[in-house]
Amino acid sequence: MLKSKTFVKKTRSGGVMKIVREHYLRDDIWCGSEVCAECKQESAVLQRDACIESNLCTYPHYLIPDTNVVLHQIDVLEDPVIRNVIILQTVLQEVRHRSAPVYKRLKDIIHEKEKHFYTFTNEHHRDTFIEREPGESANDRNDRAIRVATKWYSQHLKTSESDAEGLKVVLLTNDQGNTQKAEESSLLVYKCMWSMFSIRGSTDPFKKLCVSTNEITSSKVLFPEHLPLSRIQAGIKSGSFLQGSFRASRDNYLEATVFVQGEGEDSTEVLIQGLQNLNRAVHQDVVAVQLLPRNQWVAPSAVVLQDEGTAKDDDAEEEEEEKALRISAAEAASKPTGKIVGIIKRSWRPYCGMLNASQIKESTRHLFTPADRRIPRIRIETRQSSTLAGQRIMVAIDGWPKHSRYPNGHFVRSLGSAGEKDTEQEVLLLEHDVPHQDFSQAVLSFLPKMPWAITPEDMVKREDLRHLTVCSVDPPGCTDIDDALHCRELDNGNLEVGVHIADVSHFIRPGNAMDKEAANRGTTVYLCGKRIDMVPELLSSNLCSLRSNVERMAFSCIWEMNDKAEILKTRFTKSVINSKASLTYAEAQMRIDDTTMNDDITQSLRGLNKLAKILKRQRIEKGALTLSSLEVRFHIDSETHDPIDLQTKELMETNSMVEEFMLLANISVAQKIYDEFPDCAMLRKHPAPPPSNYDILLKAAKSKNVEIHTDSAKALADSLDGAKVDGFPYFNTLLRILATRCMMQAVYFCSGMDSDFHHYGLASPIYTHFTSPIRRYADIIVHRLLAVAIAADSTYPDLMDKHKQSALANNLNYRHKMSQYAQRASVAFHTQLFFKSRGILNEAGYVLFVRKNAIIVLIPKFGLEGTVFFDTKDKAAPNLVFDEEIPGVSVPAPDVEPQAKKPKLDR
Amino acid sequence: MRKKTYQLPLCCCRCNVGIPIADCIQIRLVIYNPKCIYYKYFWAVCLAIVLPEKGRMGNVVRRRTRGALRCSSFEVCGNMAGLELLSDQGYRLDGRKATELRKVQARMGVFAQADGSAYLEQGNTKALAVVYGPHEMRGSRSRTRHDRAVINCQYSMATFSTAERKRRPHGDRKSTEMSLHLKQTFEAAVMTQLYPRSQIDIYVKILQSDGGNYSVCVNAATLAVIDAGIPMRDYVCACTVGFVDETPLADLCYAEESGGVSSLALALLPRGGQIALLQMDARLHQDHLEALIEAAMTACKGVSKVLDEVVRQHLEEVSVLSGE
Repeated sequence: MLKSKTFVKKTRSGGVMKIVREHYLRDDIWCGSEVCAECKQESAVLQRDACIESNLCTYPHYLIPDTNVVLHQIDVLEDPVIRNVIILQTVLQEVRHRSAPVYKRLKDIIHEKEKHFYTFTNEHHRDTFIEREPGESANDRNDRAIRVATKWYSQHLKTSESDAEGLKVVLLTNDQGNTQKAEESSLLVYKCMWSMFSIRGSTDPFKKLCVSTNEITSSKVLFPEHLPLSRIQAGIKSGSFLQGSFRASRDNYLEATVFVQGEGEDSTEVLIQGLQNLNRAVHQDVVAVQLLPRNQWVAPSAVVLQDEGTAKDDDAEEEEEEKALRISAAEAASKPTGKIVGIIKRSWRPYCGMLNASQIKESTRHLFTPADRRIPRIRIETRQSSTLAGQRIMVAIDGWPKHSRYPNGHFVRSLGSAGEKDTEQEVLLLEHDVPHQDFSQAVLSFLPKMPWAITPEDMVKREDLRHLTVCSVDPPGCTDIDDALHCRELDNGNLEVGVHIADVSHFIRPGNAMDKEAANRGTTVYLCGKRIDMVPELLSSNLCSLRSNVERMAFSCIWEMNDKAEILKTRFTKSVINSKASLTYAEAQMRIDDTTMNDDITQSLRGLNKLAKILKRQRIEKGALTLSSLEVRFHIDSETHDPIDLQTKELMETNSMVEEFMLLANISVAQKIYDEFPDCAMLRKHPAPPPSNYDILLKAAKSKNVEIHTDSAKALADSLDGAKVDGFPYFNTLLRILATRCMMQAVYFCSGMDSDFHHYGLASPIYTHFTSPIRRYADIIVHRLLAVAIAADSTYPDLMDKHKQSALANNLNYRHKMSQYAQRASVAFHTQLFFKSRGILNEAGYVLFVRKNAIIVLIPKFGLEGTVFFDTKDKAAPNLVFDEEIPGVSVPAPDVEPQAKKPKLDR
Repeated sequence: MRKKTYQLPLCCCRCNVGIPIADCIQIRLVIYNPKCIYYKYFWAVCLAIVLPEKGRMGNVVRRRTRGALRCSSFEVCGNMAGLELLSDQGYRLDGRKATELRKVQARMGVFAQADGSAYLEQGNTKALAVVYGPHEMRGSRSRTRHDRAVINCQYSMATFSTAERKRRPHGDRKSTEMSLHLKQTFEAAVMTQLYPRSQIDIYVKILQSDGGNYSVCVNAATLAVIDAGIPMRDYVCACTVGFVDETPLADLCYAEESGGVSSLALALLPRGGQIALLQMDARLHQDHLEALIEAAMTACKGVSKVLDEVVRQHLEEVSVLSGE
């Protein structure tokens, strides 16, 4: 059974060394086919009726791909249509050397039972092992080994053929020489592309073929060469280059900024303008920039430019566009401007978007337009443009050669046809990097077993608050209720107010799979008609949700207050509550207003409402901002899930009542955990915006002769209150919308890593998130910290590690931001769906910003913002005079009223 | 199982918990509390002595090398060479399956002058063993034992035995250690009490090294001792095993040994199932130790079959030559 074979192997670095290894050849390696009667295998992997429907092979056959085919067409091999493939050990090893990710994917395929992939250990088989001949390269030897193994298979299957079905093996290769030699030894060879092309069963797999042989070439060099990494590093060290992250502009494809992180606070932004200077950087790459001499500095342009050029006729047009940029920028206040000299790190990912099929019908090269406007268009090769057009597809960038106007990429997969709700939802989740797969079994295994009930042991550790008249107030249709309130009068005339928060940290224990998953997801994402949960549904909608008339565990924050809403005593405890009612905002409002109702719940609500008003007044006196952003709610048809109507969110007194107490609880908890853990408390801050951020607000106000003071939050709040224009009631709201855009993002941080805790918007010296642990992970951490602080739970190392906390906070901030973007995108999509059925409407709108060739318009009724271009392809631009100072456009001919028409909806 | 303990401060070196003498586990002068979590990952060079009764592993005895005890550095375990040591199909680098030994070939009586000699190949590892004695004590007489023979072992490697040619002086740390291990092994196997006040010399030379040097030396020396006609309790068979992907691999070759596998060498008296020596020089989770020892014993029994055949064949040849 064992044959020993020693052979001499190559040298190692430096000195020449002879390495001798044994190589045993075996006669007990089976072929793995069901047909074979000779091999004594226990279970055959390869099926008897191995038939991939294909034009070329009408008989049953097994495929043997060579290394290059595996490396380049792994997407195809992954397709469920492709089955009964023999992977030779030679191939597997070569793939392992060449590309780790492909190797990983190949192994996954092999492990999948339904795919019927068999690994044949040809290197150790007595009949298929070959030695390298003198003068033969390693690659040639491997190719030969593959051919020998293929030959062995075809002969082996022929001899053992019991029921002459004519089972054959097909070698797949893209290599010319290999094909020729294989044909000489009368093997069945097909070039991978062609054989795949004729597969009838599915249309899908061969679309994935990316052609590697014929590169897209044109002689003209469009871009300057990127510098090698060594020179970039030297340059950064010497200060002649700057390193930063590249952020493409949403409005103008010829413009971008590079955000250079400086020491501490002084981070700068470098403006990049023009294709040459952008030099093939893609959004979010880490790049090296060289600053241009000061006389070439320009200001960000006021033009909205979209890359409309097709692959062919782009040059002339582009030059014009670039010229337009320059002129507008010449005189104005210029910013540091630079050019990109090299890419330090690409952060390419697969992008979602649409295919712009080429005009020429037979052409295989097409442009792909990503959904994210900041990503350049990508050139891909496919023969399936006709089927792919109108679908949302995913495309990965392969590279961007210096002579190509667009990056080259390849098709990854199709997400479905455009405009369909599921497809679009998938697109926006992928684009915003929202983890939205179902929870894994490992995660679900940590769920409590049903039926679940509070045990006596739990009761011992918790305070029994079931007797209190607790109720929850939430938006309609809310199933993850994470807060409930109560208020009652004490014997001494003071009021006891309690905020009860779902005790999620009881169910999610630190470090287990569920905890890790929740920490990764960071937040629940609410889309129109869909919710992507952070924790499994059993917890979010049942066990943690503080529904009415069931016993639930809670984390309570209880104050004693006097009737001036001054806090006399604060207490935190883990508790068991039994909510008496879950109300909507409208229901709660009705109870408060209805003087005939006098039950406990209503009494409690009235007490809360009274205190909330006082709290709000106090807060506003301290300088808290009330800002505005338009939020739209859709009425969704329960059958088709199409939006049938939409309304802007209405704010009621009860909204602000709940909000006040949540703020109060958050602030109290923040203070408590910071006192207890000054180094590792998870807090939330909202930095004051730099004065320059207010420019747009000030300019807009000035256009109506209104003065806005932005020295402090208080001054801003006061002057916003005072900003009113007669006959223009919406002006104040518009200003508040603009003010919202001036603000910085509020962020989570770890108290040990930062010194500025101030929350600008709420005018609070310290703040955290405590009140929504079902939908935010930060709250779970805060719960754990608070539980340790009141000795209700034990601590664990990661909780006290400020670096780990800080890393977690960064992830949470990222997820939070992305979820907001995803929510907005979802609303925008539903708005479009809404308009699709409605046709053209006339609606009043307001101009938000003015650009040189376009205005940005807001339609308050739909919460819709869009760009209106003055000049479209078929219509010449009206004669406009652009004034950069105000900024504004004077329209000589009053008959062009852009507000009146439906804005072009660009996403 | 009998336990020998030493008078040492009885606190676990890692968790500092005091331990009753009967419970403590001692590895190279370091005491571990069996409940201590650090002990779970124990790493040790341990020499086990053979027990007269039927037993598995004896007490862990401290190493007696010259000079101060060194704190050996940890080697991070893991596949450093980046080789796939065990493929999904269950084949190793050289095409063997996990439990298969390398090809063993041996000859006895290769030298005429010596009392006993043998040459043994296990794959590409080749060793020559020569036995002199039993004879009178040479050198210092103080080592003489009045109740048994003293076994003197010397291990050396040929300059040309590895890929890189290298002068190997006698008495370096590695070979001293190896000599000591051999001595312990054969003291457990040879019936030394039959030859009081005498000495048996065993010289082993590695001619080509490709992993498992210790076990090849033991196997070769066993044949040489048999060739010399010195009575033994049983064949001593040795084998190394490594642990990869939850699978024990028998008889490691050099590529595997250097691939970062935690390996264990075991010398067995196969008939009684007694362990003559157990050496482990890497980190291994305690839970896997049992399985690893089990695999090593199976491998040793495989070796013993081969050795037995060699001896029988040699006897036949000799008897034909002597005309019986």
